[in-house]
Amino acid sequence: MRWLRDLVCKTFVIAELEVLRLRHDYTEVITRGVQPVLWLLLFGEVFSRARAIPTGGVPYLDFMAPGILAQSVLFVAIFYGIGIIWERDLGLTNKLLVSPTPRAALVLGKAVSAGVRALPQVVVIFVLATLLGVRMRWSPLSLLGLIAAAFTGAALFSTFSLIIACLVKTRERFMGIGQLMTMPLFFASNAIYPISMMPVWLRWISRVNPLTYEVDALRSLMVAGTASAFGLGLDFAVLLAWTVVLVALGAKLYPRVVT
Amino acid sequence: MTILETHGLTKRFGDLTALDGLTLGVEAGEAFGLLGPNGAGKTTAIRMLTTLLPPTSGDARVAGLDVRREAAAVRRAIGYVPQALSVDGSLTACENLLIFAKLYDLPRAERAGRIQAALALVGLSDFAGKLVREFSGGMIRRLEIAQSTLHRPRLLFLDEPTVGLDPLARTAVWEHVERLRGELGTTLFLTTHSMEEADSLCSRLAILHRGKLAAVGTPAELKASLGRPAGTEVTLDDVFLHYAGDPLGAPLPEGGSFRETSRERRTARRLG
Repeated sequence: MRWLRDLVCKTFVIAELEVLRLRHDYTEVITRGVQPVLWLLLFGEVFSRARAIPTGGVPYLDFMAPGILAQSVLFVAIFYGIGIIWERDLGLTNKLLVSPTPRAALVLGKAVSAGVRALPQVVVIFVLATLLGVRMRWSPLSLLGLIAAAFTGAALFSTFSLIIACLVKTRERFMGIGQLMTMPLFFASNAIYPISMMPVWLRWISRVNPLTYEVDALRSLMVAGTASAFGLGLDFAVLLAWTVVLVALGAKLYPRVVT
Repeated sequence: MTILETHGLTKRFGDLTALDGLTLGVEAGEAFGLLGPNGAGKTTAIRMLTTLLPPTSGDARVAGLDVRREAAAVRRAIGYVPQALSVDGSLTACENLLIFAKLYDLPRAERAGRIQAALALVGLSDFAGKLVREFSGGMIRRLEIAQSTLHRPRLLFLDEPTVGLDPLARTAVWEHVERLRGELGTTLFLTTHSMEEADSLCSRLAILHRGKLAAVGTPAELKASLGRPAGTEVTLDDVFLHYAGDPLGAPLPEGGSFRETSRERRTARRLG
């Protein structure tokens, strides 16, 4: 039980470190809000006129808004590893690894802070989607669920990014791989078109892609008149299972980033 | 009492043997210096002793604990000031210390007092609320020392503590490190390639050459070991050249990987 308490406490200390950084310099939060605005205003407005994508009776903008939320969270989280390499280069990672902090807490703390960074994006997209006329769900429980799904998505993909950083170890290599990872994750998901439009082989990939489950949960929790295709229980179970596996793997690999 | 001992400690990276069978003992309360040119294995040794790198073979006990099997307990017993920067520039001095006070499980009631005392010990009490990115190089090093000693470690590892500092800042760091040893009785284990630093700080020295231990002893013993005629003035530079230089006028070994050199220069640039 002591290790569990230690894990939870230290996770929050690492997350606190990241939040303190944000508090001293929040320009990052603002700039990250801009990208989803552009996607919704430009891409979303044009494609809702095209009416080319079968969304099951839901207006395309309504269908796409949760996908754009998932995408913005993914795009920020997937480059989280750069920060890990940067910290390693500065020397901070050595210092953290020599402290009596469980490796899993170092990784989970980073994941939690990525979740916190996703919250302003939830607010930006929620407000904008409302202004654009998307029929939102306003029940407090749905809102809480929405926050939880975006938070878990950010935690999951930031940990995935951390693992890649621990394996490739340099910023240059990471940048190349980061670009390479984002596209398949995004396009092999139901973010901007339904899975039913995909060729069969891509459907299979989308079914193991955690982003699909994140979008599915976000859509049913955000937009009125939509239902989860897989069931919210399965959506969250898949997201949590992926997160646990990745954090465990990250904890094993994290000390490698300094060797 | 021996606080650190290694037996045949070895680290290999592929074909390269970075540290080759290091056997050493450090007594509690000592200031022990590990000298050697770039690439001699100093940083590799310190990284194994601080649990950052697993040894390839041999063993090491720090504060009576095995670095491999009892790594978590070793981490609680030691403090570490790495060569690279280890405080966060985007936080204030106080916030940097608070995070580490929490990571080292200092009781809530004691945190504020310890942080104040640590800042006072390194002469930074007036800068507690200032962002670290506005600090000078010497202040950053002193803050790092404060951060590494908050939990009152029995043994403090310092990896090239004054690299990149101007002479004034360097002297200030030495003074604070000495105070730490005097007031808290902390054992110091430092690596350096500055003979001046070794002479002013260390009670005992070991010289590494190409991963192997070339000599060990007090500065006076090492100077005497050269066997120069009585009356000749022998400096630590002579000792260093004797043990770490190659015979017959061959150039000194130039070690250090690209990453090591780039890290060193970056640290020097940031602190300077």
